[in-house]
Amino acid sequence: MSANGHALAHLRDMVRIRRLEERCIELYSAGEIRGFMHVYIGEEAIAVGAMQALGPEDNVVATYREHGHALARGIPTRAILAEMLGRVEGSSRGRGGSMHLFDAQRRFFGGNAIVGGGLPLAAGLALATRMRGEDRATVCFFGEGAAAEGEFHETLNLAALWRLPVLFLCENNLYAMGTALERSQAQTDLALRASTYAMPAWSVDGMDVEAVARAVDEQVATIRGGGGPCFLEAKTYRFRAHSMYDPDLYRSKEEIARWKQRDPLDLHAAALRAAGLLDDDAFAAIETDAAAELDDAVAYARQGQLEPVEELERFVVSERVLR
Amino acid sequence: MSEPASTAATTTYREALREALRDALRADERVFLMGEDVGRYGGSFGVSRGLLDEFGPERIRDAPLSESAFVGAGVGAALGDLRPIVEVMTVNFSMLALDQIVNTAASLSHMSGGQFHVPLVVRMTTGGGRQLAAQHSHSLEAWYAHVPGLRVLAPATIDDARWMLGAALDDPDPVIIFEHGSLYGMEGEPWEESPVRPIDLEHAVVRRAGRDVTLIASSQSVHVALAAAEVLVADGVEAEVVDLRVLRPLDGATIVESVTRTHRAVVVDEGWRSVGLSAEVSARIMEGAFYELDAPVERVCTLEVPLPYPKHLEDAALPQPQRVVDAVHAMGLGG
Amino acid sequence: MGDLRMPTLGADMTAGTLLEWHVAPGDAVHRGDIVATVDTDKAEIDIETFDDGVVDALVVEPGTRVPVGTVLATLRADGEVPRMAAPVAPEPAVAVPAPPPPAPSAAPVVSAPPVAAAAPAHRRRVSPLARRVAADLGVDLAAVTGTGPAGAITRVDVERATTTVPGTTVPGTTVPGRAAVERRSADERLASLRAAVAALMARSKREIPHYTVQRTIDLTAALDWLDAYNAGQPPARRLLPAALLLRAVALAAHDVPEVNGTYEDDTFHPAPDVTLGVAISLRQGGVIAPAIPNADALALPDLMSDLRELTARARRGVLRGTDLGGATLTVTSLGDQGADLVCGVIFPPQVALVGFGRIAERPVAVNGMLGARRTVIATLAGDHRVSDGHRGSLLLASLDHHLQEPDAL
Repeated sequence: MSANGHALAHLRDMVRIRRLEERCIELYSAGEIRGFMHVYIGEEAIAVGAMQALGPEDNVVATYREHGHALARGIPTRAILAEMLGRVEGSSRGRGGSMHLFDAQRRFFGGNAIVGGGLPLAAGLALATRMRGEDRATVCFFGEGAAAEGEFHETLNLAALWRLPVLFLCENNLYAMGTALERSQAQTDLALRASTYAMPAWSVDGMDVEAVARAVDEQVATIRGGGGPCFLEAKTYRFRAHSMYDPDLYRSKEEIARWKQRDPLDLHAAALRAAGLLDDDAFAAIETDAAAELDDAVAYARQGQLEPVEELERFVVSERVLR
Repeated sequence: MSEPASTAATTTYREALREALRDALRADERVFLMGEDVGRYGGSFGVSRGLLDEFGPERIRDAPLSESAFVGAGVGAALGDLRPIVEVMTVNFSMLALDQIVNTAASLSHMSGGQFHVPLVVRMTTGGGRQLAAQHSHSLEAWYAHVPGLRVLAPATIDDARWMLGAALDDPDPVIIFEHGSLYGMEGEPWEESPVRPIDLEHAVVRRAGRDVTLIASSQSVHVALAAAEVLVADGVEAEVVDLRVLRPLDGATIVESVTRTHRAVVVDEGWRSVGLSAEVSARIMEGAFYELDAPVERVCTLEVPLPYPKHLEDAALPQPQRVVDAVHAMGLGG
Repeated sequence: MGDLRMPTLGADMTAGTLLEWHVAPGDAVHRGDIVATVDTDKAEIDIETFDDGVVDALVVEPGTRVPVGTVLATLRADGEVPRMAAPVAPEPAVAVPAPPPPAPSAAPVVSAPPVAAAAPAHRRRVSPLARRVAADLGVDLAAVTGTGPAGAITRVDVERATTTVPGTTVPGTTVPGRAAVERRSADERLASLRAAVAALMARSKREIPHYTVQRTIDLTAALDWLDAYNAGQPPARRLLPAALLLRAVALAAHDVPEVNGTYEDDTFHPAPDVTLGVAISLRQGGVIAPAIPNADALALPDLMSDLRELTARARRGVLRGTDLGGATLTVTSLGDQGADLVCGVIFPPQVALVGFGRIAERPVAVNGMLGARRTVIATLAGDHRVSDGHRGSLLLASLDHHLQEPDAL
C-alpha cells in the first residue's frame, strides 16, 4: 500500500469506472446505447493500476472492453458517454461507439474490436519510438483469448526480436466470450508461453490495484530502459456477462459469487480503511462525486449533436496533408 | 537479378522500383523498408538489392515470416510518425495480413473521426505467368480495391514504377502498390527524369489512342491489351488502350470518356471474372456510358481456376492477346 | 386461327427466304405485329401477322427459302392448348427442315417442331447507342435490320438505314459480320433486284398490249396553291408536287374505273378503292413500286406523309409486306431532273400506269397569249385488253381538271 494520495486516487478511479459501467448498462437497457457493449466491472484494478504508471507521452492500445481504460487514461467522461450515444461530441465523433473509443491527444489508439488486432499495431508504435529515439512506453491491453491468435505469437516474437519498448498486458478473465481458457488453449500458463519469446513475463493478481501498479511500474521501467518488451498477465474476472446480450450460461453462479468476494473495489477500500486512509465520509464523497460526474456527462451526451449525414464520407480519406 | 543501371540505353521496371525506394529513403529519414528478405537477401524479387548496404539494417529491415505482425507494425509505425514501406512477398501471402490492412489501416481514420491517419505504403507482387502455380500467382487487387480508406496502385510502366512510390509516401492514408511479377524484368526506355508533379495518383491514362473500341486494363494486362491492339490493326480496328493505373479510387471518368468515343469496351483483367475488377469497370461503363454503348461490354479475365503450374495450362488460364482480339471480333469489329 | 405464311409481296415474288424471327413460340402477337424478316428478290421485308394469337411453333428456320404460301409459323388462340403436332411441311422442293420422323413405337410420341436456331428475340436487341441515335435521327427501329452481335441493331445499322448510298459506312465503324443469317451483299442484292425487274417488265411487254396517250398539264394554279399552303407549314409538313399529282391521279381513277384494277385469269377486276403504286427508283439501281392503300381516301397531308415514309423505307430496303402488295394503279414520276415525258411499262397484273415527266416552264398559249407556264407532261400507258385510247384520254383530262382546282384536292 503506497501510503499517499495515489492509493485513494486509485479507489476513486475504480469507483468512477464501476459507476460509469453501471450507467452504461442502464443507458443500454433504455436503448440509448446500441451496438455491442462490453463492460469492465470486476476488472477495474488493471486499467487503473496500469495507467498510473504512464505519462502523457506514452501510447495505449486497448480492446473493445475499453471504457475503463479510456476513463483511467483521462479521456473525459463526457466524451466517452457522448461517443456511446453516437454524438459528434464523442471521443470518435460518435462514429465508433462503445468498442472504438479513440483519443489522439492522449495517445489512446483504441478501441480495437478485432481480438489480437491491436498487438501488431502496438509493436509498430514501439518500433517508431525506437527508430525515432523517443522515450515512450507502449502498453497494449488484450484478453487471454487473444493469446490463441496468430497475431499474439507473431507480435511477441517480432517485438522481442527487435527489442521493442512495449508492454503486453494480458487481462486474463478466464473466458473468451463463453469459452473457458482451459477449453481453448493447451498451455493455460500464459506467462510461461510468453516467456518462450525471450521476454520478462510475469503474472499478477489483477484484482489488486496496488499489485498491478507495482508490476506495471517495474515493467515499464524495464522497457523504458531499453530492456525490450515485457509481458504481464493480470488474473481477473468479469462480474458481468461478456456483452449485453449474453445470458452467461457458461459460468456457474457459485463461480461468479466466489470471484465477487475478491471485488477489486472492496479489496482496495478495505486496505485503505485498514491503513487509515479512508473513512465512510471519504468513501461517500467519492461516490457522490462519481454520481455527479456521470449525471453531468449523461446530460451532456444527450444534448450532443448527431453528425450531419452530409459528413458521412469525411475522413475515409484524410483531410490533412502530410509533412 | 542484376540489371543495367538506368544510365544505360534501357532500364527495367525492377530498376525503376529500386530507384524509387532509394530516392524515398534518401529524401526522408522517416522512411524505412520492412518485409521478408528485403535486406540481406535483396528482396525475393531483387527489388531492394543493394539497399541494405546503403541504408543499413534499421531502415532495410528484415522481418520474420509474420505478415500480420509486420504489416500491423507498419500501421503502428505510421501512427508513430514514421513512413514505413512494407513489402509483402506476394499478394497471396498478404491474405495473412488482411486483418491489419482492412480492419485497421483502412478503417482507423474514419472510425476515429479523423483523429488518426495511417501513412503506410504496402508493396506486394501480384500476378501470374511465371509458372509459380496456385499460391504465388493470383491477382487479388480487387479485394483491396474494394475497401474504402485504401488507395490501390498498379504501375504498368517503367515511369509509374519509378514515380508512384514517392507520391504514395506523401499520401496521408494507406496505399497498396501492386507490382506485377512478370513486369520486373521488362526493359524499356529510361524513366522520365522530370515527371509532371505532383505525380498523378488519381487518373487512368490512355496508353494508345483508337476510335473503334476501348480496351481497359491495368498492370500486366495493359501489355496484353497493347499487343491485342497491334494485332487488331490488321483487321482495320483501331483499339484504344486505357491503363487504369489507380484501382482505387477508380477513375470512372476517363473510362467513360473513352467509351463515349468508341462505343465499345473490352475489360482485360488478370483477376477472375466473377465479382472482380472487370465487373466493377463494366458497371461504371453501364452507369456512365449506357447510352453510348453499341455492344455489350466484353470481359477477358483469368479463367476461374487456381492458376496451374504447367505453362500451357497457365497460358490458357491467363488473358492473352488473342482472347482480346477474339472478344473484339465477337463485338462485330474486324474479324 | 390462321397460320403465318410466306406472303406474296408482288406478282414477281414466287418465293422468299426467311431471314429472322422476331417472335418465339409462346409469344402473344397481335394483328400488325412484325413477326419475321423475309428476303425477297427486291428487299428485306418485315412481315406482319394478320391475326391475334399466340405463336405455336416456328416451322421454318432462318436461312430457308420457301415458296409463297408456305406456312412459316403456326398460331393458336390465346388460351388454346399448344398444338403439338408435327409442323406443316413445306413444299418438298425447298429446303425446310423436315419434322423428325415418327418413332417406331406404339407409345404416343410428341415430336417437337423445329425452332429457329437463332435466339428468339422476345425483345428486339438494340444497342443503347443505336436506340439513342435512332431517336435523334427519327428512325423507326422496327424498320431497321440488325447486323450486330446476335442480330442486334447497332449504331451502324441505324445510320445505314438513313443512308441512301449503298456501301457507305459511318467513319469509325466497320461492317459487323455476325447476323443471325448471312445477309446478301449489296452487289448480290442489286443483281437480284435487276433480275426481278427484268422478269416483271418482260412479262408486262409480253402479255400486255400497251397503248399510250399524253397530255400537257398546266400546273400554275396547282403550284401556286402549293406555295401558299407550304408557306404556313413547318418544313416537315410541307407538301411536294408529287403529292398533288398522286392525289389527282387517285381522284381521276374514280372517274375512269377501267384503269384501276387488275387483269387476271383473262378477266378485268376493277378495284373498289385506289391502291396507288408509287414507282421509286433506287439510287443503287432498279425500281420498286410499293403501294399506298386507299390513296383516294387520304387527305393530302396524310398522303404526303405516307409517301415520305414509303420512299424512305424503300430506299433503305426495309419495306414491309403490306407495302408491296395489292396496288391497283401505279404512278411513276421522274421528278425535277427527269425527262420531259415517260411512257411507262405497266406493272402486271395492273392495267395502267400514269407517268409524269419533269415539271418545267414551257411556252404555253393561254387565251391567245403565249406565256411561260410551269407544266408537266402526263402520260397514260393502258392495257388495251381493258381500255382504249379514248378512255385513257378521259383519264388524263380528269387529271388535268383536278389539278386546275387545287382547293378541291
